[in-house]
Amino acid sequence: MTGMQERPNNKIVLHGRKVVGGVAEGEALVTRDTISGWGGINEREGTVIERRHELRGVSFKDKILVFPGAKGSSGYSAYFHMTRLNGVNPKAMLFPKMTTKAALGAVVTHAPSMTDFDRDPLAVIETGDWVKVDADKGIVEVTKKAKG
Amino acid sequence: MKLTDAEQAMYDGRQGPAKQKAMDLLVRYGEALGAERLVETNNVAGAFNASTPSVRELVKKGFDAVYSELNLDSQDVVPIPKMAVNTCQLITGIDNDRWHIQGIPQELADQQKKAEKHFGALGINMFATCTPYQVGNVPVKGEHCAWMESSAVVYCNSVLGARTNTEGKESTGAAALTGRIPYWGYHIPENRRGNYLVEVDVEVDDIMDYGLLGYWLGEIVQEEVPVLTGKLRNPSLIKLKHFGAAAASSGGVEMYHVPGITPEARDVEEAVAGRKIVDRLRYGAAERKLAYERLNCADNRDVDFVMLGCPHNAIEQVARIALQLDGRKLSLKTQMWVHTPRALREVAERNGYVKMIEEAGGVVMSDTCPAISRYAPKGTKVIATDSAKQAHYLPAILNIPVWFGTVEECVEAGLTGKWNGRLK
Repeated sequence: MTGMQERPNNKIVLHGRKVVGGVAEGEALVTRDTISGWGGINEREGTVIERRHELRGVSFKDKILVFPGAKGSSGYSAYFHMTRLNGVNPKAMLFPKMTTKAALGAVVTHAPSMTDFDRDPLAVIETGDWVKVDADKGIVEVTKKAKG
Repeated sequence: MKLTDAEQAMYDGRQGPAKQKAMDLLVRYGEALGAERLVETNNVAGAFNASTPSVRELVKKGFDAVYSELNLDSQDVVPIPKMAVNTCQLITGIDNDRWHIQGIPQELADQQKKAEKHFGALGINMFATCTPYQVGNVPVKGEHCAWMESSAVVYCNSVLGARTNTEGKESTGAAALTGRIPYWGYHIPENRRGNYLVEVDVEVDDIMDYGLLGYWLGEIVQEEVPVLTGKLRNPSLIKLKHFGAAAASSGGVEMYHVPGITPEARDVEEAVAGRKIVDRLRYGAAERKLAYERLNCADNRDVDFVMLGCPHNAIEQVARIALQLDGRKLSLKTQMWVHTPRALREVAERNGYVKMIEEAGGVVMSDTCPAISRYAPKGTKVIATDSAKQAHYLPAILNIPVWFGTVEECVEAGLTGKWNGRLK
């Protein structure tokens, strides 16, 4: 095995770099589409609103949001900032592609966040998996949801 | 992150609590990016105005509380001193003179005017446009900036050759008080080199076609740096403004090169400068059609609102609309708002363009746009626009379907109340 540890109890561990410190755990919400803040999310409901987005209408409130990165308007951080003020922010954010939008958005959301993973989180984590993020230690522990 | 003595002094609070909070945010942000240091900037373009309903509660606590929370990410309310460096306000949610036409409650318009008075006195220059480069903020090649507004950022980097990342409300708030921003991304010369080669194989000349090309390209390259060659005809401020805005909406393009035109690429070799090419793309008739179809999401041809001027129109664009409307009347069922920076609206008035548009039944707006304000004329069911950026965002923000086409097709829709646009 390289770069990850498969455990008999269905757990996978990823290592990465801290973006925002802290510890959080919850259900994963995974998308392969990049996310716009301004014009892409509703900051009062914590939902994705972009017209052709695979998560359109889905809420990321209290979820471990796993996504490629940010796109679009510079209002990205301000809108994720407001999801925090409105109590509908994601619990943690995991994204492989670092940009200023994604970094600042994570910082002002005050949600534990990580990047620079040893394996692609989008390939490993699926929506519904249980994910523990320890950003200070740089560890993500994924418990796959039961199949069937 | 390594700080200079002056930066450390701010970080330690020796320059007062606001600069301390600003440095704290810049250090958290810089470390999140993986930046090693900060860079000095004397050109900040941000969003400071309190023009949305969601900041109402903060406004009650005073404008220091608004700036502390929204521009510095500080729960502690700190007294905000004068801006340390040149700083301007980008687009806002409200036209100060035509808020009632937007449908905005007077209380919100008053809130914005109060905010402007407060922040204006602190040195935030109230350009109130998404295109500061049209009204006097034209950074020189190589100048380090801290700009928000994705369409302005891509213009600043690509067309002007100045250096900025797409900053946010909080990082520009901190930069304005400290004159610092993380040295990362497009501040670093190597990252400005192209890594996608794009051959434009179909004539791109009209504004609409620049929008289509940008919209198609942004979705593919996301935030990478394309180098465009081929049939790009008569590039200009207006066309590159539309191209960049579209590419920064469907993707996150912050920098591109057009060899022979943009300042950091005399030729393809200089644009790439040894960087590894990720992919080679071709833009032909099929790609153009795909972008057009993606931008047009309406099916009802009865148009009740025509939105022009995103990014804010240049004076030549206002003239083009005014002259097409001159002496004619908009359909009684259709409203038309033309958006241009306040400073250019002044010119449009002197030229008589405003009168021509108003006599036809249209409105010339400044300071805002429907995507930012979230206001379209009451009861709007179908929008027509010449902007790929608005066509991308309005269906999501206002939940209203959009037709996208040329300026002429949009004006025609305003006159007849019917959409007759098609890809020629």
